[in-house]
Amino acid sequence: MDRKFKVWRGNKKSGEFISYSVAVEQGMVVLDAVHRIQTEHASDLAVRWNCKAGKCGSCSVEINGKPKLACMTRLNDYREDEEITIQPIKAFPIIKDLVADFSWNYEQNKRIQPLKIRARDKDGNHRMFQRDVERIQEFRKCIECFLCQDVCHVLRDHNKKDKFIGPRFMIRLASLEMHPLDEADRIPAIKEEFGAGMCNITRCCTDVCPEHIQITDNGIIPLKERVVDKYYDPVMWLYRKIFKRN
Amino acid sequence: MDFSDIQTVEHDVLVVGAGGAGIRAAVECAQNGLNTGMISKSLLGKAHTVMAEGGVAAAMGNVDSRDNWKIHFRDTMRGGKFLNQWRMAELHAKQAPERVRELEEWGAVFDRTENGLINQRNFGGHRYPRLAHVGDRTGLEILRTLQDFCIHKGIHTHMECTGLDLVLDNGRVAGLVGYWRETGRFILFKAKAVIFATGGGGKAWRITSNSWEYSGDGLGMAYRAGAELIDMEFTQFHPTGMVWPPSVRGILVTEGVRGDGGILKNSDGKRFMFDYIPKIFASETADTVEEANLWLSGDRDARRPPELLTRDVVARAIKAEVEAGRGSPNGGVFLDIASQQSAEFIKRKLPSMYHQFKELAVIDITEVPMEVGPTLHYFMGGIRVDSNSQETNIPGLFACGECAGGMHGANRLGGNSLSDLLVFGKLAGDGVTNYINNLSNKPQINNLKIKEIITSATDILNRDEGINPFVLHEKLQETMQKYVGIVRTGDELQLGLEKLEKIKEDVGRVYAHASPQYNPGWNEALDLKNLMVTAEAVTKAAFLREESRGAHTRLDFEGESEEGMKYNVVIRNTSSGMVAEKRHREEPPKELSDIAFATLSELEGESSGS
Ligand SMILES: Cc1cc2nc3c(=O)[nH]c(=O)nc-3n(C[C@H](O)[C@H](O)[C@H](O)COP(=O)(O)OP(=O)(O)OC[C@H]3O[C@@H](n4cnc5c(N)ncnc54)[C@H](O)[C@@H]3O)c2cc1C
Ligand code: SF4
Ligand code: SF4
Ligand code: FES
Repeated sequence: MDRKFKVWRGNKKSGEFISYSVAVEQGMVVLDAVHRIQTEHASDLAVRWNCKAGKCGSCSVEINGKPKLACMTRLNDYREDEEITIQPIKAFPIIKDLVADFSWNYEQNKRIQPLKIRARDKDGNHRMFQRDVERIQEFRKCIECFLCQDVCHVLRDHNKKDKFIGPRFMIRLASLEMHPLDEADRIPAIKEEFGAGMCNITRCCTDVCPEHIQITDNGIIPLKERVVDKYYDPVMWLYRKIFKRN
Repeated sequence: MDFSDIQTVEHDVLVVGAGGAGIRAAVECAQNGLNTGMISKSLLGKAHTVMAEGGVAAAMGNVDSRDNWKIHFRDTMRGGKFLNQWRMAELHAKQAPERVRELEEWGAVFDRTENGLINQRNFGGHRYPRLAHVGDRTGLEILRTLQDFCIHKGIHTHMECTGLDLVLDNGRVAGLVGYWRETGRFILFKAKAVIFATGGGGKAWRITSNSWEYSGDGLGMAYRAGAELIDMEFTQFHPTGMVWPPSVRGILVTEGVRGDGGILKNSDGKRFMFDYIPKIFASETADTVEEANLWLSGDRDARRPPELLTRDVVARAIKAEVEAGRGSPNGGVFLDIASQQSAEFIKRKLPSMYHQFKELAVIDITEVPMEVGPTLHYFMGGIRVDSNSQETNIPGLFACGECAGGMHGANRLGGNSLSDLLVFGKLAGDGVTNYINNLSNKPQINNLKIKEIITSATDILNRDEGINPFVLHEKLQETMQKYVGIVRTGDELQLGLEKLEKIKEDVGRVYAHASPQYNPGWNEALDLKNLMVTAEAVTKAAFLREESRGAHTRLDFEGESEEGMKYNVVIRNTSSGMVAEKRHREEPPKELSDIAFATLSELEGESSGS
């Protein structure tokens, strides 16, 4: 069976959608179709990928307007006669075709104060209990696909990249702040530099996360709580009022 | 093009590769005060290491206190059929625990034991629960930890920058030429030393768990510069890759499934591994279902189930079952954990396997068995290095991680790669530091060589017509799959070599769309050169080894030969082309061979060494 795809082709300066048709088989994912297009029609079609199993977070694109991993999106999720549109991530600049420039994200990570772990026990071990590490293990499942960064309206629609570090790095911060052996205090930075107050808990990031991390509920909200315990945050104030927390 | 104004960057040392081995090496170099550069084909954090699932092997004895480095060493030598470099296996077993603890110090959050220590799980060939892990995403934890740590160490990281070839000065390293994927522009790295940490070359096969990056670049670049490769005939086929749907064929199903109780069954519903227990492991393997079940329930006196025999044994058994007509509908066998463990347990210990099957094959592994079959997974062989310094036979060129050879011998145990990366990544960093500190004069760059490297890369873009690199790659994969598979014969290998000769000619005629900017066709064409070196080296080495040992099985030479233990196959670049030769192995140090051949009870209960 042949299927139709509309793929964005171009670079920083200009571009357009081009339609391709390739034969598809049972079980194929969108990334397979892109590879077929490369082999048969456009060997210079740029796309990122590595693991082809949802583990590396390289193949982030927008499929029919939704941010997704191309390697984990099956073609039969779409109607057979439907033309599938594939385009690069919108919230970041384009390099070429389906490849976006994520370098801003790599810069953000450097701003975060790393783990400051307390001294080891006398026998040379660190002790932590499974129940105490489980919540940060959830955040550490992150494969840095940056789909959440793409969908967060603060970064995407308002382009407030200078004010908010984005959901990916909020959970990175959470994984450090909630680390049982960490001795640093990042709360002031989370408020001032990283812009925790910018998030108004729309949960769009959580909805797109391929690792099903509860970014907002388990990561951002608890961080905001910690900020509120120290400072004032209007969104959190309202949130607490509505949900009668505390 | 004027080659004198090519972008030039200077470092003391350039690390090629940003997987576990590369980053660990770069961290060591930077901490030793070297100006350190690191390049990788992909973005930071995407290297192969991120895909590793099951765990990292280190005899910490947290779960079973009888474990110690000697038993880990013994397991590794026995798994490698005694072809490992003794000293490497020793260093590895001794230093792995400290490397794992250090990762914890840097932020890794491993699963815990009830006492709050790092938890360890069972894996094939390991006598005791030895693999520190995080569910089935251990590689992600390790790579992310290293990534987050290294960005504060002043390492100059150049992402999506691919190395093409080394530049030498009088036989020693002077630098490397590479190109930026984004722009297609070339870049010269001047460096006193280079560390290759480029990973394996599994992409020469059709069914593989490896990604596009695994085109054997380090092997190709090192070989062309005159470095020797070792043990290339030993390619590991992991017994359990996905077989359905066709587009995901080869994607890995972690050995952790079997470590946590999964069993292998054929189409008759028979647990067939009991029929395939080799003599050398018979005394340590359960021979009844009852005993295997006792082991799973935690009985310390029960022996291990046969599903946890080494990978070569399990992969061949699966192949034999399929060929005898007892396979699953899509040409594999059944891997069943649903009947052995609760749904809750499976989702907690194997979450990414659960999702992988659910999303890619629409199968719920907590209810039905998976279909699995062998997939090309890992290169035991690689660039030959000195066991202590990781230096190759080219002064200033070092190698570590999967692209280096010697540590694993004829077969690698699961979990021994992640530990290998950490141990030898660090040692390579120390080796380089030592080399640079003793360097009397700076190497000079040879412009002619730069020109040659760049011209050979741009020729591909300048042709008006030629061969499609993707199609040629598929042809290479079919050839290796067919002629250099799990079981081999001299005739087939010979035929394979003839086919490879033809493909090699075609590689000289590949062409790609003219623009070099982020152009996968061109990138693929450049990789092909290295894939060819890799494929040819494996085939020639496999032809020369006339016996069956570990991962290398010759139908025309069954069983291990006495002579086979006395040599390693070494690949060299000579004026008349690639040559495979037997290199005599030195006698092992007595204290090590005593350990390797000791009985378990002699080693148990000894406290772990440094
Ligand atoms: C699916 C899967 C599961 C696995 N599970 C386990 C496990 O549970 N336990 C275990 O011990 N092992 C496991 N392994 C094996 C292990 O993950 C690898 O052997 C190991 O990660 C290799 O690490 P490395 O640092 O040597 O190379 P990699 O992590 O592969 O990194 C190679 C680096 O080199 C770069 N590179 C390559 N060529 C060039 C070039 N020309 N120029 C610039 N850069 C280049 C790449 O971009 C990359 O950054 C698994 C492997 C796979 C595929
Ligand atoms: S919940 Fe916050 S971080 Fe997530 S998408 Fe909404 S605004 Fe952005
Ligand atoms: S949190 Fe989820 S969506 Fe965001 S980068 Fe990580 S894996 Fe991707
Ligand atoms: S290719 Fe790795 S997540 Fe898609």
